[in-house]
Amino acid sequence: MIELEGLSKAFRKTRVIDNLALKVGAGERIALIGANGAGKTTLIRCILGEYVAQGQIRVCGFDPRARRSDVLRQIGFVPQLPPPLKMTASDLVCFAADVSAADARRIGEVAGELGLDLSEISNRPFVKLSGGQKQKLLIAIALGRRTQLLILDEPAANLDPIARQKFFSLLAQRRDNTMIMSSHRVDEVAALVTRVIEMDRGVIAFDQHLAEDRLNSAALRISLEMSLAEPAFASALSQWGFKGGADGRAWAGEVAGPDRLRFLCLLSHYSGSISSASFDEAPCPETRHASGPVNA
Amino acid sequence: MNNLFLTARLDVTESLRARWFLLYTMVFGGIVALLMVFGLTESQVMGFTGLSRLLVTYIQLSMAILPIFILISTVRSVASDREAGVFEYMLSLPVSIGAWYWGRFLGRFVAIFAPVFLAMAAAAVWGGLKGLPIPWKHFFVYSALLLSLSICFLGLGFLISALARSSDVAQSAAFMLWLVLLLFLDLILLGIMLKERVSPELIVGISLMNPLQVFRTAAMALFDPQLVLLGPAAFTILDRVGPDAYLVWAFLYPALIGIVAAAIGFWRFKSSDLV
Repeated sequence: MIELEGLSKAFRKTRVIDNLALKVGAGERIALIGANGAGKTTLIRCILGEYVAQGQIRVCGFDPRARRSDVLRQIGFVPQLPPPLKMTASDLVCFAADVSAADARRIGEVAGELGLDLSEISNRPFVKLSGGQKQKLLIAIALGRRTQLLILDEPAANLDPIARQKFFSLLAQRRDNTMIMSSHRVDEVAALVTRVIEMDRGVIAFDQHLAEDRLNSAALRISLEMSLAEPAFASALSQWGFKGGADGRAWAGEVAGPDRLRFLCLLSHYSGSISSASFDEAPCPETRHASGPVNA
Repeated sequence: MNNLFLTARLDVTESLRARWFLLYTMVFGGIVALLMVFGLTESQVMGFTGLSRLLVTYIQLSMAILPIFILISTVRSVASDREAGVFEYMLSLPVSIGAWYWGRFLGRFVAIFAPVFLAMAAAAVWGGLKGLPIPWKHFFVYSALLLSLSICFLGLGFLISALARSSDVAQSAAFMLWLVLLLFLDLILLGIMLKERVSPELIVGISLMNPLQVFRTAAMALFDPQLVLLGPAAFTILDRVGPDAYLVWAFLYPALIGIVAAAIGFWRFKSSDLV
């Protein structure tokens, strides 16, 4: 689906992407993580053909600069920040639907599923909508089109918890789509992805394929020892169904396969307080569904 | 082609909601309204009366404000759209760069030319209703000159937007360009150059190259091609080539500048970062 070879991008003398190579197969769902300035947005813009870069980029078999329309017809994109468009919501939907030969009604349906009634906002300028409404509309346009590749740059940043949950469930339904989700919060997208790529200063610092069948079937039995009791951490662990010792320092519990990445992200926040941790994998088909707290 | 017209339509609807368009329409509509209110059609100055008097005043005012309005509004909106992330999103939709760029050019042209033309048309309709003779020849020639001038400065605006990476730089460049063209009008720097005995060929050459001067000379030549009105360079040119040939030059040359500038801007836009 995506092939990058020797990709480099510099702004004046600052190299933002440095000789990057990456292959993304059809159907892969990638969490693209990294600190600010790691090069995530630049990489996305290169894939969208918005930047001139050194190296080779192939998306759906085409160069996104030379065959923009062919490539972009296959891509649904949600930007990190909604653009300040003066056009009305309905103008935007109609334009996006017309240029991509999509059905505007389908976009309206997706918006409805996200809790956004298009008929209520159709005559309002896009720029005057609330942050959440803008984000929902952009998501609806991306998901309402028939695309092969979804590129989502911090897509859930402005969504309320219910819309966020609905959004992730809509994404989960699109099993055939290849997805790249840029996020600062890997825990948020952990249950959806099959691969995690971390960028750091323009290079891929970490690239991990997550074996989907194992994730869905194998639970992790986890024991933790804390150097000191942390009330916030204790509360979070309780929500995950963990049992704690009397002093609040020893904890044990089980995490379902699909939630292990999300749980490990939680642990990372308290890594300074953990004195020992053990993980045992055991087949556990009955824990296929998420056992952890709902994203909020 | 369909995407080009969709983009043009979108740009027109965007412009209709923009503050610059409201101000722009009010200025040109207001000029015509004020000229009517102050009874310019009933006055007589240097032989111009009725609608002719109104049109010649309108065209002089248009020459002063239309170029800077077009330049600033174009570079401001295009460059700030790029800075604010509008391009990042809109260019992620399946529209070719050509359809996007030329669609915006077309849409913006409609947005800037329509108020100027409609204000003049409204004056003609009003004059007709009052029983004044309508100078149709002047009306059509002025429309063509305004069209050519609009294309010229729109193209220059698109070129500046494609070259400049920030709206501040783009606005400064647009203002400087307008100032330079304004300075090289017959009655300002060219007059001084003539007085300082600079080569007449150079002065005539500059006059023919400056689209503002070309517009001004053509507009004035229709009414009274006298030295006192035209200025020395324009008078010399008209004397040599004749008013009809000069009119053809005045229609074609500014429009050609605009199209060439826009085409260079397109090449630059296409071959550099889009956002």
